[in-house]
Amino acid sequence: MSETLSNTLLGKAAVMEGLADHPAVKALNEAIPEQFTDAKFDRGELTLTVKPEAIVAAAKAVKAASYVAFQDMTAVDWFPSSPRFQLSYHILSHAQKEIIRLRTMVEDTDASIESMTSVWEGANYYEREVFDLFGIRFENHPNLRRIMMPEDWNGHPLRKDYPVEGYRS
Amino acid sequence: MIDTGSPILTVPTAEGAKDQHMVLNMGPQHPSTHGVLRLVLEIDGEIVVRLYPEIGYLHTGIEKTCEAKFYQQVVPLTDRVDYLGPMANNLCYCLAVEKLLELEIPARAQWIRVLLTELTRINSHLIWLGTHAMDIGALTVFLYTFREREEILRIFEAVAGQRMMTSYFRIGGLAMEPPLDMFDRIRKFIKSFPEKIDEYSNLLTGNPIFFNRLKGVGYISGEDAVALAVTGPVMRASGIDFDTRRDMPYSGYEKFQFKVPISTDGDCWARYMVRLEEMRESVKIINQALDGVPEGPIKADAPKIVLPDREKMKTQMEALIHHFKIVTEGFNVPAGEVYQQIESGHGQMGYYVVSDGTAKPWRVHMRYPGFATLQALETMCQGRMLADVVAVVGSIDIVLGEIDR
Repeated sequence: MSETLSNTLLGKAAVMEGLADHPAVKALNEAIPEQFTDAKFDRGELTLTVKPEAIVAAAKAVKAASYVAFQDMTAVDWFPSSPRFQLSYHILSHAQKEIIRLRTMVEDTDASIESMTSVWEGANYYEREVFDLFGIRFENHPNLRRIMMPEDWNGHPLRKDYPVEGYRS
Repeated sequence: MIDTGSPILTVPTAEGAKDQHMVLNMGPQHPSTHGVLRLVLEIDGEIVVRLYPEIGYLHTGIEKTCEAKFYQQVVPLTDRVDYLGPMANNLCYCLAVEKLLELEIPARAQWIRVLLTELTRINSHLIWLGTHAMDIGALTVFLYTFREREEILRIFEAVAGQRMMTSYFRIGGLAMEPPLDMFDRIRKFIKSFPEKIDEYSNLLTGNPIFFNRLKGVGYISGEDAVALAVTGPVMRASGIDFDTRRDMPYSGYEKFQFKVPISTDGDCWARYMVRLEEMRESVKIINQALDGVPEGPIKADAPKIVLPDREKMKTQMEALIHHFKIVTEGFNVPAGEVYQQIESGHGQMGYYVVSDGTAKPWRVHMRYPGFATLQALETMCQGRMLADVVAVVGSIDIVLGEIDR
């Protein structure tokens, strides 16, 4: 099906037209048409961008559309542009044999978002890692503590304004 | 101090000391934690009530380091992540960057990549088998598996010049043409290897102590495994039939015939059986790869990305310029983001590479199976005996290098 598509589709309108039958696209468009803001099909990978407040609703929608296996989630710091942080969730469908990327942007000023652990328990450690290394808070996370760095560490190492060699004190 | 969320060492009640929970620290220097894993266990007598893995002792900030390196300089860093499966790390990273570059890899390079990645899987499984059996108390198997692992490491040394940190796969192909006797050495090794698997199986499968320590221990259902992002042999031992090599093939895996062993038992014993079978399937893949290695180049035809041959570099002006440019300035990678997943020895490995169009990656994120599998440890150990924790930790086959990164 859509995997054989080799051309690039940019923008929600293009994806809606080119991949109209794609289960994840359909599910998102039915569940949250307003908050489903952007989409991209590039290098054989489908990226669906939603507004941060709708990320859990989006996750529930794609989970119902057979994208059941949470694989990975991480953040990208686009400092100094705004909104600063991009969150990428990679979800696998065993039935479709495809991984999709759910994407959302969060502002630096209130870098917080609803936790995904209510949908996928497995997001627990990944969100702790992002909290630790990027300083993004996850609301309603069961155990939001630093995971890699020591508890008393100063700063969030994977932020772009954190020097590679660390702070010199 | 860890807040376990439940009263620790409560005052004994009239029933005696039965509801007295104790917090026990295991690791990070404990020999059965396979590195520097620290487990904080809340135990009721000998029964595990709750379990908290504490990680980060091996955190080296590799993902941050990657952002300061050129794309080609990241390859040696990936070796050090899962240090027991170096080729798989190289492969996953190279595939991700090649996807960003939309680079076509010659068939010969792809076959050799498959060949060596499968050897890596056997290498990784051998270490798992040896250490897992040793944790249970069957010390002999360790000596046997490390004997075979030594053979594999010698092949790696002949191929890449390094036993463990190979960095043999490069963006665009392989580092160099493998030595002439590589195929013969692998063939010799792989010919005798099925007998060796039988040998391990003879030592362990019929062993009542080993059986009783594993059977029914560390159960996780397929549903829980998927919910907790568990992948690889642990997931397949719980009845989820998914293998990236077969279902989402990469690097030419669609050309190989092999079975994906699964089990529905979901316990440590099932994981043992699944991994043992996986080694046999790897042998099949290696045999097919050995028989059909195509001739041709081992590097993609992309002079601005792939380093030229030494010979050409010394004789041709253009090649020298390219060489100089790649080494000093790197090469620009078109802006975009890719997520490439492969099936490593431990499960689904994924590299998420984001490019902003420059010669250094904007972000490299590594998804390693052990990190997710560790989340499932509590589910597997809850309500079981303390001694079972050792068996379960061994059976999920974790490498702390890949968890902490």
